[in-house]
Amino acid sequence: MHSNLFISQTDARPMYLQIVEQIRQRVAAGDWPPGQELPSIRALAADLRVSVITVKRAYLDLESEGVIVTRQGKGSFVADAQGLAKDMRLAQLDAHLAAAGEIARSLAMPEADLVERLRDALNQETTE
Amino acid sequence: MNAKVIEMTGVRKAFRFFTLEDVSLALEPGQIMGLVGPNGAGKSTTIRLLMGLLAPDAGSIRLLGHAMPEDQAVAKRDVGFVSDDMRLLQHASLAWHMDFIASIYPGWDAAYAATLLKRFGLHAGQVARSLSTGEQAKALLLLALARRPRLLVLDEPTSGLDPVARQELLTEFMDVLRDDSRSILFSSHNTLDVERISDRITFIDRGRVVAASDKEVFLERWRTLRLRVTGAAPAWQLPEIVHRDVDGSFVTLTVDGFSEEFLARLGAPVQEVHRMNLEDIFVATVMHSRQAQEARPS
Repeated sequence: MHSNLFISQTDARPMYLQIVEQIRQRVAAGDWPPGQELPSIRALAADLRVSVITVKRAYLDLESEGVIVTRQGKGSFVADAQGLAKDMRLAQLDAHLAAAGEIARSLAMPEADLVERLRDALNQETTE
Repeated sequence: MNAKVIEMTGVRKAFRFFTLEDVSLALEPGQIMGLVGPNGAGKSTTIRLLMGLLAPDAGSIRLLGHAMPEDQAVAKRDVGFVSDDMRLLQHASLAWHMDFIASIYPGWDAAYAATLLKRFGLHAGQVARSLSTGEQAKALLLLALARRPRLLVLDEPTSGLDPVARQELLTEFMDVLRDDSRSILFSSHNTLDVERISDRITFIDRGRVVAASDKEVFLERWRTLRLRVTGAAPAWQLPEIVHRDVDGSFVTLTVDGFSEEFLARLGAPVQEVHRMNLEDIFVATVMHSRQAQEARPS
């Protein structure tokens, strides 16, 4: 399978992270459906002309995020969609909440005010 | 079998004006190691010792499990070696060279050689002296690759090549590594190539190994931090800080061993944290090692 991933050396992000993000996007978009087999670490390394250790690192990260599962001796596969999609959405939510918290802190906003604002946002969402 | 492909331990070799001191290297099967150093650092000497072309004054060298230089005849059957001072026989054709190598090495893969000829845009009928620099380099590499050796040792394989030829060679190297029992050691001062394809990286300077580790470990450990301080910059006594630049209230720190815990110990608000590429890491490592060496009373 040809991966169509792309590595840029002028990208400030490390190469393993570029691989992680591109695979994550393909999985999130449904281009790589659950159960699909990923290229082997060596095959992807050869395709991308990056070192084996870089791809290994990317696969380990994707595994710990639950995006892919690796079966010993059988290869790596896109993980079961449900858990994955939910985990990814939750991770996204946490990131946004953390960012909101950061801004509130820099504004020296009391916690109650922030919670109040979140509640407003939720209500706005439902009345629309 | 999980024996090391290359094992150099405490190798020393003294010349009149240059000494290679306490060099240790280890390479596992299926990996690529990049040997990086400035000109005159000892890269080629290290490779010549490994290939049995020089005998060490001290230390031990094992190549594919064989003691070097004593058992070099056996070891070299499975090693493809290319260095940039090798030359083809100028009046002979590529076909002649290929027949010659095939007659020596039973593992010669004629079909693979034909594929490589095509991929490299070479023709068997070409006479060596009519080849350009890049074509000569590719021809030498072809002669080594088509033997399908377990280990490729390449001294500056991409030096003097144009970007296209370099990409072609890198692609071929990576193709070799699809087979997880094959390995490559290559020396270079092109850190871009090394950063891209190496699993292990060894920095060498002034005859010593100044750092060696997995590439990802290097890239994870090093950071450049920018911060602003009020008043004089604190005299941090943290071993991770290898370099500091102070410009008024702006401070730039180069850090080896970055972590959240380090930030906590630093105790100053950091404005920016930047990853470093291998070239910056290489330069910082070499400069730091030289400073440490010069500070030591000899």
